[in-house]
Amino acid sequence: MMDRLALDVAHLFAGGLVLVSFMLLYQDRMTGLVNNFALHAVVVSLSVAWQAYIQDAPHLYITAAIALGVKAFVIPLALHRIILRLGIHRTIEPVVGIGLTMLAGIGLVALAIMVMLPITAQAGTLAREDLAFALSVILLGLLMMVSRRNAVSQVIGFMSIENGLILAATGAKGMPLVVEISVAFSILVALIVIGIFLFRIRERFETVDVHALHEHRGEQP
Amino acid sequence: MAIALDAAVQLVQLALVLALAPLLTGLVRRLKAHLLRRQGPPLLQPYRDLLRLLRKEVVLAHSASWLFRVVPYLVFTTTWVAAALVPTFAAGLVFSHAADMIAIVALLGSARFLLALAGLDVGTSFGGIGSSREMMIASLAEPAMLMVVFTLSLLAGSTQLSSIAASMQSPEVGLRVSLALALVGLVMVALAENARIPVDNPATHLELTMVHEAMILEYSGRHLALIEAASYLKLLLYLSVIVCVFFPWGVAVSGQGFAAYLAGVAVYVLKLAAGGFLLAVFETAIAKMRVFRVSEFLGAALMLGFLAALLLFVTQAR
Amino acid sequence: MALEVLLWCAAALLATGVAAVATARHRAASASVYGIALGATAIAMLAAAGSLLAQHPPAVAHLPLGLPWLGARFRLDALTAFFLLVVNLGGAAASLFALGHGRHEESPARVLPFYPAFLAGMNLVVLADDAFTFLFSWEFMSLTSWALVMAHHRRSGNAAAGYVYLLMASLGTLALLLAFGLLAGPGGGYAFEAMRHAAPSADVAGAVLALALIGAGSKAGLVPLHVWLPLAHPAAPSHVSALMSGVMTKVAVYGFVRIVFDLLGPPAWWWGALVPLLGGVTAVLGVLYALMQHDLKRLLAYHTVENIGIIFIGLGLALAFQANQMQAAAALALTAALFHVFNHSVFKSLLFFGAGAVLNATGERDMERLGGLIHRMPYTAFAFLVGSAAISALPPFNGFVSEWLTFQAILLSPALPQWLLKFLVPAIGALLALSAALAAACFVKAFGVTFLGRPRTPVARDAAETDRWSLAAMFVFAALCLAAGIVPGQFLDALAPVTQALVGAHLPLQEERAWLTIVPIAESRSAYSGLVLFTAIALAAWITTWVIHRWASAATRRSAPWDCGFPDASPITQYTAGSFSQPIRRVFGSVVFRAREEVDMPRPGDARPARFSVRVHDVPWDLFYVPAANAVTFAAERLNKVQFMTIRGYLTLVFGALVVLLAVLAAWQ
Repeated sequence: MMDRLALDVAHLFAGGLVLVSFMLLYQDRMTGLVNNFALHAVVVSLSVAWQAYIQDAPHLYITAAIALGVKAFVIPLALHRIILRLGIHRTIEPVVGIGLTMLAGIGLVALAIMVMLPITAQAGTLAREDLAFALSVILLGLLMMVSRRNAVSQVIGFMSIENGLILAATGAKGMPLVVEISVAFSILVALIVIGIFLFRIRERFETVDVHALHEHRGEQP
Repeated sequence: MAIALDAAVQLVQLALVLALAPLLTGLVRRLKAHLLRRQGPPLLQPYRDLLRLLRKEVVLAHSASWLFRVVPYLVFTTTWVAAALVPTFAAGLVFSHAADMIAIVALLGSARFLLALAGLDVGTSFGGIGSSREMMIASLAEPAMLMVVFTLSLLAGSTQLSSIAASMQSPEVGLRVSLALALVGLVMVALAENARIPVDNPATHLELTMVHEAMILEYSGRHLALIEAASYLKLLLYLSVIVCVFFPWGVAVSGQGFAAYLAGVAVYVLKLAAGGFLLAVFETAIAKMRVFRVSEFLGAALMLGFLAALLLFVTQAR
Repeated sequence: MALEVLLWCAAALLATGVAAVATARHRAASASVYGIALGATAIAMLAAAGSLLAQHPPAVAHLPLGLPWLGARFRLDALTAFFLLVVNLGGAAASLFALGHGRHEESPARVLPFYPAFLAGMNLVVLADDAFTFLFSWEFMSLTSWALVMAHHRRSGNAAAGYVYLLMASLGTLALLLAFGLLAGPGGGYAFEAMRHAAPSADVAGAVLALALIGAGSKAGLVPLHVWLPLAHPAAPSHVSALMSGVMTKVAVYGFVRIVFDLLGPPAWWWGALVPLLGGVTAVLGVLYALMQHDLKRLLAYHTVENIGIIFIGLGLALAFQANQMQAAAALALTAALFHVFNHSVFKSLLFFGAGAVLNATGERDMERLGGLIHRMPYTAFAFLVGSAAISALPPFNGFVSEWLTFQAILLSPALPQWLLKFLVPAIGALLALSAALAAACFVKAFGVTFLGRPRTPVARDAAETDRWSLAAMFVFAALCLAAGIVPGQFLDALAPVTQALVGAHLPLQEERAWLTIVPIAESRSAYSGLVLFTAIALAAWITTWVIHRWASAATRRSAPWDCGFPDASPITQYTAGSFSQPIRRVFGSVVFRAREEVDMPRPGDARPARFSVRVHDVPWDLFYVPAANAVTFAAERLNKVQFMTIRGYLTLVFGALVVLLAVLAAWQ
């Protein structure tokens, strides 16, 4: 019974992560997007903490704390600052048709399930469904990067992919702590570099709409 | 003897839902007012509203037909019969062998069909606005509701609400992802169907923000009383479905004795009060959406229901 | 015995058609032709019903007509009896309607000879037991209905409609011819009995399925072969439109069921993926098209497309279950589809009769020129309301029962093992739910804009109620809608021998259930009692009315509408069909049809009127038909050069053909 409850709660967190990824796709205001991303990070840290509890692996608690601290507080605060300085906190982003995006999201979840469940037929039920959900989160993050025009939204999509990777790694037992720390730091570095670039782009072209960059490509067919 | 007891329970349920529905709406209104730091109307005000309307004269437009006069009775009746099918304090209702959740959804659909026709009957532009927007909202809310019903039926192995409630109480269901998705979808549909913020404002009188109010603009007197009572019943129905499926503890099963029924009623009233409180808080915290954002909102509910059913299809073979 | 009666009825109808050629202009011709048609179809319907209920073994007849070595074979088994019941019920009601409606026919010589022949053709298609008789009757049915479509050929659009109809009918017959050829195989056994015993390989079976989908599907109206339906059905006279939409599409469904379920042998699982998917797409597209229309008959024709989609969803699910040896579930899906066949023929005919009555009374088919007809034509309005409620799947009418059964079949589908089916079936469930909700919106629009509100034109203001015969036909069908909704158990039991013959199982018998409940699978799983629901609603309504009349004020006063304090006397301020469907067009149409609205608003001070235009693209037409037509035109222009060659050129052609044939002969040795 306890075992069953443990499985169900883990599933709930994984499914909740997929749900929050869908909410990320649905958001079109910048501040709402950043807050949603913070929620994404909170859910992933709760999931990792629960995995630490049921797998009896204390180093995963540290992973959860890193995810919570860095991705639920530090990065969203930084992003809020960036958005305010870029002056885009009031824009409503023209997302490519919310209906079609959601349909594509459902298709990607179906694809992830169709790929993952037959492959992992020998593994335990928990790992199988966690992997399927993790692949869904990764694909949904990629969809978000593809369907957005604003560079900040693309960055958020990129970081939600990493949350999916964490979910996959903790589902399969025993990810070494050093891997997690290095991945987290590389994401942080990437974020800082991207932030710098965003400001340079904004200075130069007065906009962070990546579509506008297209005109300055140089080589014309 | 058992059948007579079940029939008595069914009749008590019919009377109970009718008695409690205006109280629920009164509670929600008073809580919303308190949250806005106003006194608000008394809890029993909806009862007084209904009595006042019953005593008033009906004013009919010249172009109103017999359909306009018959619709309030039919709308009230179908909503009342649908509300009688939802287990509130006791499971195993007699009517549950006659109609299941799909029939409940379809009965509410009939009420909406007739109300939309009544909106078009007088031939004004406000009625047209209300009817066309209501049918647009319904064209997404009803499929979303049906997908939630699918999910629940797949889990419980039955489409009857009593069986679903009984199986939700058993321990082997557990906390499944599909249930969480279905709950979120059902809450979104309930908000849309009951014309609550963020979909529609039940307290507005600005013509361009109305949906439900625009359809019933021409009604007065006893007709308006019946339609208001139907909308109170509909809110009660949706809250009852949510608590009976997702929070089924405390529902009396057939043959447990009188004390169990009383306890069931008390637990039910408590659950309704909690639901009303949450609704009041939610409505105060969120702003109303533009009409064409509602389609995205309900599209998301449909996707959630579909995803929940898809996950169940894939992970079980029952 | 029943078979002979049916064949004699068909012969009588043919003879009436021939006789009407000479006597069409006579004063009593219309009444006598329709009267004889009514009698013949009524007798045929009773014979078919008797055969179905008595569960006789199949009867065969062999007539020495047609091809000398084949003859004409006819067979009456459970499936045939059911479809004959549907066909002749529709035919009888249409003849009853036409007794009143046909008096206003302006060119009876173009309608009267072909109408009984059309009925006879449909009966013969269903009775046929070999490929030649089937195809001959099918073509006969198409040609007679084409003649009826062209009856008012001088009206704009009708000639083009007839042309498209003829093209699509030829395409369908070609596909069916190829299908029967493949089924007959190298042995050449064209009798159905021989085809049943031949076992085609999996590839051939797949090809036959595809050809049957094209052939039968184009006559039934599956997307993308539906394009002729909304052009041709409205062009014909109203009773013929009812027959074409309500009955001829069902004959096409019969063709599909006969070929795929009976002649073809055990299905492959991917058939159960393709057919429901086509059905689901057809259902949603059909109702979305219907929502864009403001011509009443065209709206009804597009709506037929939606219901055919629902029927094919049921048929496809039955194929999927049968391929996985789940016989009981296949029986449920097939029963749901066949019950919907019956229901649709009843309420669609009823709705077309209503549209015909409105057309008769006002001369208008365009909803935007009608309105307020509920005051002028109260009985027609009531019958149309019952039909609208039935087609929107509202309890306690019959449309709800067949949709409920289809949903129950979908809920049995998690047991299907194939992965593609596991993903496809919930998607199809979502499509079915979406189409049901949109259908309700569509009929609120159709009934509301036509009958409710205020009259928009003088003809609507001065309309008069139609005649007794038309009303009788409509009320019979309205009563049947309610009866089939309250007592569905009898109809389901009548379908048991049909499904037993086709999939080897049938639904548990419903006749001993209490309160006329239907239980498709098991009592613990799901049950529905239309009678209890109807009684409960009636009882509650009676209690409410009594309480209100006892304790509420009965004062009523008429005045101008409230309209938020700004009542406008002009009826053009009320909602039109286009404005009613604007929110749905914006939500769905912008994706599916690339619908774009443009408002041309003049600047302040400019006195010209504002212009509102909507641009809509028909996706199947642009994707399939326009390129096909362009390709044909291109090829034809190239081939046209053959007309202008020299004599030497023609001789070279003949010589070349001769050489090629000799070479083929040599290579084949």
